[in-house]
Amino acid sequence: MADPMKIRANVTGDTTEVKVLMSHEMETGQRKDAQGKTIPAWFIQSVTATWNGNTVLAAQWGPAVSKNPFLSFKFKGGAKGDKVLITWVDNRGDKRTDEATIA
Amino acid sequence: MRTFVAPGMGTLLGAALLATALGGAAVAPALLAQSSAVDEIAKYRAALQDGNPAELWEARGEGIWKQKRGPKQASLEQCDLGLGPGVVKGAYAQLPRNFADADRVMDLETRLLWCMATLQGFSDADSRKQLFGNGNERKSDMEAIVAYVTSESRGVPMNVGLANPKAAEMYRIGERIFYFRGGPHDFGCVTCHGDDAKRIRLQDLPNLTTKEGAQKAYTTWPAYRVSQGELRSFQWRLYDCFRQQRFPELVFGSDASIALTMFLARNANGAPFDAPAIKR
Repeated sequence: MADPMKIRANVTGDTTEVKVLMSHEMETGQRKDAQGKTIPAWFIQSVTATWNGNTVLAAQWGPAVSKNPFLSFKFKGGAKGDKVLITWVDNRGDKRTDEATIA
Repeated sequence: MRTFVAPGMGTLLGAALLATALGGAAVAPALLAQSSAVDEIAKYRAALQDGNPAELWEARGEGIWKQKRGPKQASLEQCDLGLGPGVVKGAYAQLPRNFADADRVMDLETRLLWCMATLQGFSDADSRKQLFGNGNERKSDMEAIVAYVTSESRGVPMNVGLANPKAAEMYRIGERIFYFRGGPHDFGCVTCHGDDAKRIRLQDLPNLTTKEGAQKAYTTWPAYRVSQGELRSFQWRLYDCFRQQRFPELVFGSDASIALTMFLARNANGAPFDAPAIKR
């Protein structure tokens, strides 16, 4: 089980800014270990963000995204106290969902 | 890297250098390149500051701190970091210090090993299993706890005391180690950290013999190293400096490591602690 994400969501005017820090190895599949064996690729493939049941962001990621990725985005709408849900799924089928309250 | 100078270029270059020397106010191209690289690294750090993955270590460390672990099934919440059992807030800004119960000057990492042994019943071998993360899935609990405890001192001014004779002695030993030169390269800490504007490749090195240098360096460790994908403790920083100097391996929690930490922490007194930070 992966470590929890750190999510911050703040609304200013009619726009909510969400900042997400995810804990993931994001192995590219290009690296070799000390024995010369290829380290298998292992990375987050899809990220979705929902607010009040509406998808506000859907992304497909690849191995070029850094380890422990940081994602920041804005969407129109949101009010203090609303919940924002972030879900990622990696290429091993592991997934993790965390939520944050808009402040 | 080698520089090749084409025939004829030599004189041209010479003329250019002469012109620079005569110009006086003109900045040498090499210096310009260096300062712009430093600026770019500073921008890079600023860009990363917002999403510092050190927060992931802090959160994990807080969990481990409160989790019942070890043969005695106890958490670390009763661990006395110098301000009383369970007080974490601001504790790191006063470490290292002398602990009467252990009759020894300890830095944070050594104190954590001590608490793991006395409160949780871990054997020394067990608590030392993974002191540093490997840059992969095998993460270090020690580095996570260090991240959590140090984050609780963010903004607190460094205040390391030397009133205790043992603490004062540790400081003096640390000072000696800092200025001691040895090893196959006849190196010492002071070789790289005794002057302004020294660097390794493009990395600026802090001058630890000045108050500002020591403050800036000490208050920004531990840090998340982007190039390693790991959060690194101060013990790791010293360990790797010793490796780079080709000194004998610095044993984790040894008196030598605590003495050096004491010397640098005390010299940083007065500056607000600002870590876990992020570094290239």
